[in-house]
Amino acid sequence: MTIEAIPFPHGSIDQVRGRALMLRGDDIDTDRIIPARFLKCVSFEALGDQVFEDDRLELGGSHPFDLTVHQGASILVVNDNFGCGSSREHAPQALMRWGIRALIGQGFAEIFYGNCLALGIPCATVALAQIDALQQAVAADPSQSWGFNLQTQQLTSATGSWDLQLESGPLEMLLSGRWDATSQLVAQDAALKRTMADLPYLNDFVASLH
Amino acid sequence: MSSGTLYDKVWDLHRVADLPGGSTQLFVGLHLIHEVTSPQAFAALHDKGLPVRCPERTVATVDHIVPTISQTRPFADPLAEEMLSTLERNCANYGIVLCGLGSGRQGIVHVIAPELGLTQPGMTVACGDSHTSTHGAFGAIAFGIGTSQVRDVLASQSLAMNKLKVRRIWVDGQLGSGVHAKDLILHVIRSLGVKAGVGYAYEFAGPAIDLLSMEERMTLCNMAIEGGARCGYVNPDGITFAYLQGRFYAPIGEAWHRALAWWSSLASDPNAVFDDEVRFDAASVAPMVTWGITPGQGIAVDESVPTADSLEPSERPIAEEACRYMDLEPGMAIEGVPVDVCFIGSCTNGRLSDLKAAAAIAKGRHVAQGIKAFVVPGSEQVARAAEAEGLDGVFRKAGFEWREPGCSMCLAMNPDRLEGRQISASSSNRNFKGRQGSSRGRTLLMSPAMVAAAAITGRVTDVRKLISNTATPKRFHQ
Repeated sequence: MTIEAIPFPHGSIDQVRGRALMLRGDDIDTDRIIPARFLKCVSFEALGDQVFEDDRLELGGSHPFDLTVHQGASILVVNDNFGCGSSREHAPQALMRWGIRALIGQGFAEIFYGNCLALGIPCATVALAQIDALQQAVAADPSQSWGFNLQTQQLTSATGSWDLQLESGPLEMLLSGRWDATSQLVAQDAALKRTMADLPYLNDFVASLH
Repeated sequence: MSSGTLYDKVWDLHRVADLPGGSTQLFVGLHLIHEVTSPQAFAALHDKGLPVRCPERTVATVDHIVPTISQTRPFADPLAEEMLSTLERNCANYGIVLCGLGSGRQGIVHVIAPELGLTQPGMTVACGDSHTSTHGAFGAIAFGIGTSQVRDVLASQSLAMNKLKVRRIWVDGQLGSGVHAKDLILHVIRSLGVKAGVGYAYEFAGPAIDLLSMEERMTLCNMAIEGGARCGYVNPDGITFAYLQGRFYAPIGEAWHRALAWWSSLASDPNAVFDDEVRFDAASVAPMVTWGITPGQGIAVDESVPTADSLEPSERPIAEEACRYMDLEPGMAIEGVPVDVCFIGSCTNGRLSDLKAAAAIAKGRHVAQGIKAFVVPGSEQVARAAEAEGLDGVFRKAGFEWREPGCSMCLAMNPDRLEGRQISASSSNRNFKGRQGSSRGRTLLMSPAMVAAAAITGRVTDVRKLISNTATPKRFHQ
């Protein structure tokens, strides 16, 4: 079910609140998050309904994304190397359109991490020693509400609090609302021209592509 | 922190500015686009009212969704047709060169850019596709990006990036007969794991790498991402320069000599500092086959599917999941496992030398009964070159289908796909669950020569056993 009530991330991201769900297992790749046949589109709009389509079919309704108790959840707890494989931004787009606004796990694949950041979705890591306990806490009461405070880098519920880690650069981008990089990059055009003027392949032996 | 490496040199030359938050704005020297990850980026650009900053540094092709049996327009699949026509419209509107179907230059984006001479040493290359690491074979810093970043590159010809650490993967010795770059990279990923490369660029170096052809180096760098490394590269050398000379977009005359002088200065210095180094011996690499659902789950063809006690505890859950999914038993030999479909192609192994290696095995033999085997050249240029050498005839005579260029069954966005529980021998790069178009389909990754051997016997086969008697025509039956 696509949750449309929660707006997509915009501006400063200093906290994410909501219920949490978890997916166990290392190396969950982006082909599993959104199978390639759903990439045949010129818009991301329909992807929320298709997230984890094949895994969900295989489990016949018992996949975490299908359980009634998780509908409307906004925090996804995962294990290691989540989002490996294809660079398809369709993967975080599908998660976002399902309702996910933050991910917490042992580790994330690099391109996936950057794609999430570009959508204003923090991917925070938790110490290896704590991931099992966090998963148990999430599983113990799927209806409890969690708050992920980016300023303090803590995940808190009525039952406990967990220290998370976010790299300083992405953290600053999220807190300042500058995670959408386009305008910053476009603003540096004078510096871009200086860089281009010094590149041998644009000046000393230029071969136009046209 | 690394210093004096090719990665450091190229990074420094492409720095535009330091951005708030600590990331670096990096100039992108070559931006490659295709039909799958660009339409939403163009739409976002349009919404923001921004032009394409450097259309002359942007090149497009169509590869992921194209059919390989008939490429007549309009495509039978209306969604595929819409994606291609959207790309055509965007390229026309923004003045971007499109290497379209029938242009003589179309093909898989990571095959055409090198063969056209677009990819050159010392460049930064970005593309909305994780296998952009391929271009690192030329001593470029090349990495895959998502669609929001495609939008950023279109708008600003640059990206917000964080500098990676550099791990040198030093390979001594020489690959044996019947052992290819694909086997080497599967061996490396098996040893280091699929996430060891996160946060790193991989520099492939050493005597074994120096001996590799450009096409082999591309195979190697192509799969750096499967080891978690967003980019992999090889220092440019005489083999690189010889490959580039005379290519369509390569410099000529005096410009060639200026290019050569600069390119020669780019290799990592003898006293370069790496963040990490690992060593391998090429002579110990055997033909590899994956048995599981990640590219790290590979073994030599004469090994057995690992048992739980031979694995690290952290690897056991996914190994168990893999055996269940693949329907393989721990401890069983991988050699002899029957296959249904044999696919030769992809950005990993769809180049001329790959097709030659497979054809050498197929020549004078025939595909086993009941096996579907097909060859998809990586590009129109590869197809024409292969046909000029008669490889299409060799394959057809041996019972393989000879197709038109595209990504095809690597990710099955076109009509080429597995059905149900079919199991493939595939020269592609990913054996993820459902990767080849059936949610329950299974993939065994291997080199093109190994795929050809599997096609001939109908089973996973050590290609080295077929090399010694290639002169004797043989027909195998299941």
